[in-house]
Amino acid sequence: MLRSYLPALIMLAISVANAIFMVVLSTVLSPGGRTKVKSAPYESGMDPLGGTRERFSVKFYMVAILFIVFDVETVFLLPWAVSLRPLGWEGFASAMIFIFILTVGLVYEWKKGALEWD
Amino acid sequence: MTLDFARQSAYFWALLPEIVLATWTMLVLVVDVFRSSDHPEESRAPVAWMSLAGLVVAGAANAYLLSMREAAPTGMIAVDSFRVFTNFILLLAAGLAICLSFGYLQRRHIDRGEFYVLVLFATVGMMLMAGSRDLILMFIALEVMSVAIYVLVGYHRQDPRSSEASLKYFLLGAFSSGFFLYGIALLFGATGSTHLPTIGTMLGDGVGTASPVALAGMALVLVGLGFKVAAVPFHVWTPDAYDGAPTPVTALMATGVKAAAFAAFIRVFAVGLGGVREDWAPVVWVLAALTMVAANLVALTQGSVKRMLAYSSIAHAGYLLVALLSANQAGAAAFLFYLLVYTVMTAGAFGIVIANSQGDHERVSLEDYAGFGWQQPLLGAAFGLFLLSLAGFPLTGGFLGKLYIIRSALESDNVPLAVVLVLASLISYFYYLRVIVVMYMRPAASANSHDQAGLAVPGRAAIAVAAVAVLALFFAASPVMRAAESSVASLFPAAPALFGMTP
Amino acid sequence: MLGLSEILFYFFGGMAVVSAVAMITRENPVASALWLIMTFFSLAAIYTLLGAYFIGIIQILVYAGAIMVLFLFVIMLLNLGNEYEPDIRGKTWLAMGAGSGLVLLGLLARMFSGETAPLGRQAGPRALANHVADVGVVNVIGLPLYRDYMVSLQATAILLLIACIGAVVLAKRKF
Repeated sequence: MLRSYLPALIMLAISVANAIFMVVLSTVLSPGGRTKVKSAPYESGMDPLGGTRERFSVKFYMVAILFIVFDVETVFLLPWAVSLRPLGWEGFASAMIFIFILTVGLVYEWKKGALEWD
Repeated sequence: MTLDFARQSAYFWALLPEIVLATWTMLVLVVDVFRSSDHPEESRAPVAWMSLAGLVVAGAANAYLLSMREAAPTGMIAVDSFRVFTNFILLLAAGLAICLSFGYLQRRHIDRGEFYVLVLFATVGMMLMAGSRDLILMFIALEVMSVAIYVLVGYHRQDPRSSEASLKYFLLGAFSSGFFLYGIALLFGATGSTHLPTIGTMLGDGVGTASPVALAGMALVLVGLGFKVAAVPFHVWTPDAYDGAPTPVTALMATGVKAAAFAAFIRVFAVGLGGVREDWAPVVWVLAALTMVAANLVALTQGSVKRMLAYSSIAHAGYLLVALLSANQAGAAAFLFYLLVYTVMTAGAFGIVIANSQGDHERVSLEDYAGFGWQQPLLGAAFGLFLLSLAGFPLTGGFLGKLYIIRSALESDNVPLAVVLVLASLISYFYYLRVIVVMYMRPAASANSHDQAGLAVPGRAAIAVAAVAVLALFFAASPVMRAAESSVASLFPAAPALFGMTP
Repeated sequence: MLGLSEILFYFFGGMAVVSAVAMITRENPVASALWLIMTFFSLAAIYTLLGAYFIGIIQILVYAGAIMVLFLFVIMLLNLGNEYEPDIRGKTWLAMGAGSGLVLLGLLARMFSGETAPLGRQAGPRALANHVADVGVVNVIGLPLYRDYMVSLQATAILLLIACIGAVVLAKRKF
């Protein structure tokens, strides 16, 4: 049963190894001598003012909500995809209605310009 | 037509009003967004008219629902005339709120089509909630309604009070939804079902009765619904949310949201859990008494008419709880009748609050009403009528509604609660009449301080409709009462004995 | 001798515990959030190992995806990264946390020590296990969701649509 998950496990191992490899490689290859002055952000020669972290714009909120809405849509569609055959046409119809309602939301966001970074 | 819920297609017919309204709302949304991207500065009145038309179409579909019967109460949604009746109340509440928002949104610079879309979606949620016979559907419908209302409360983004009200309502509402959901989970754990008739049968058979799980489940569901109907002590959000929200939204919250939550209340407790009445009735008894006394006492101290009306709406939740507690059919019928009266008089009263606002300024303090009655004779008279009806004076629907509730309480030997109701009403006379006194007896700040009533023609029409309805519900109440009685009879078809119905 | 799935279980279980501890001990909230993602991933792997594929997928899609976006978003919107507030909660909260932990442990112990009678007629873990064996793991969700609870599903779609509209109404700068 778990055998079918072997590719996922292999991929996980490769990606972890890859990440470790990159971090190790960059520490080995990078020129050393990290000092406080060197790692400070460059602000035209002045002393840096304040932290480098900025408060995020509320524009990200829209993107986050949009992402979540369609992420949740995926969660609902996943069981339908798995049970497609036993559900038959009735299940297909209700999934299509579900997608349609969310598409109305997408059309709205699009036309409203919510997908643009104004 | 007889509907058999073993077939999925039965739901199409059973949900016709909701489907019609939801589809129409999506149409409104798309039409509005395409129009507004071409003409961003245009008035959104056509969208409002389109939304009203949608409510009318949904009302027609709702009337068509009367011709349908269900083969057995197995569906997730009830098909009975109780649902038709409550749907009409909810559609009426939404219609009044939309009528009152003509002009108001423009004056406050929040005239966007999304307002009407959210009102309509909230109405869809209310209708689903009031008609659902399954706790899962009821929960999702509650969320559909609540999320739309949270957004509507915070609709005036430039007004910090609106945003604050929205945040408060959202945080507390999310908690109460959590309580409600947890209660559903526990009831499911105790009985193995989320379907109300099944839960009722299981508990009535003694499966899981008095088990701590079922009791805790009932208590948590009670908290969730008590929050939405704003019963003391779950009312703390109400004054702030009602006060900060744009006034048409306040009207919708006080009427539609409350009516939907009460309809769900009666479906869950009086019908679904009617067999284990003795488990929940004492708690609801205390809630009702607390709500009536506390809300009326606090309302006495309010200097703002909008806040006073918010407390008045809490108090009315107490009266409605009394009707719900009266374990007889008369109680349920009185409940429906009072719900209708309450909807029209409260929407009307908030309409006058809108009429008294000027420009971007909502004038809600008591002093702002000085001289209103003389400078705006018609609106003043209507406000007087609504206040008298809220207080329960004779010749108004409010009087008759309270009378029915008291009678049902007395018939079910609930004398103490009836006494509390009468005493609470006596307290309420003071703060309702005080507004009338200020309106007529105190001189206005200037001769033209009420020159322009902030109401467009549809808003005035809504107030006229509400005023006529308040009077009609006194002088021609019997057809409505008969309709309420027959709707309630459909609510308890299977086990009238369970409900202690007198033949 | 341990089988492969045991080894994987202990590996992911250990990782979940380590990253959970790391999450609550970090001072930087962003680092905490990233450790939390690690915990979620390990949990997802454990669920999958236990045969609860759907919960495993949900764990990644919803928790590691959606919920973490909200966490990180709130952290960055509130600009919590710069000043570190000391824990403002006192001893009472510690006691309450420990108390609820103990209750949870007690419940788990009760679950594992012998049969807890299911309260309802068809409820209970055994009935559920039989049902899962009948129709398969994800079908247990999919069949009722798209058949019996179809109305609730469409209501959920409307709820998501309202969330879209609400986000635009409340957060779009020029609207």
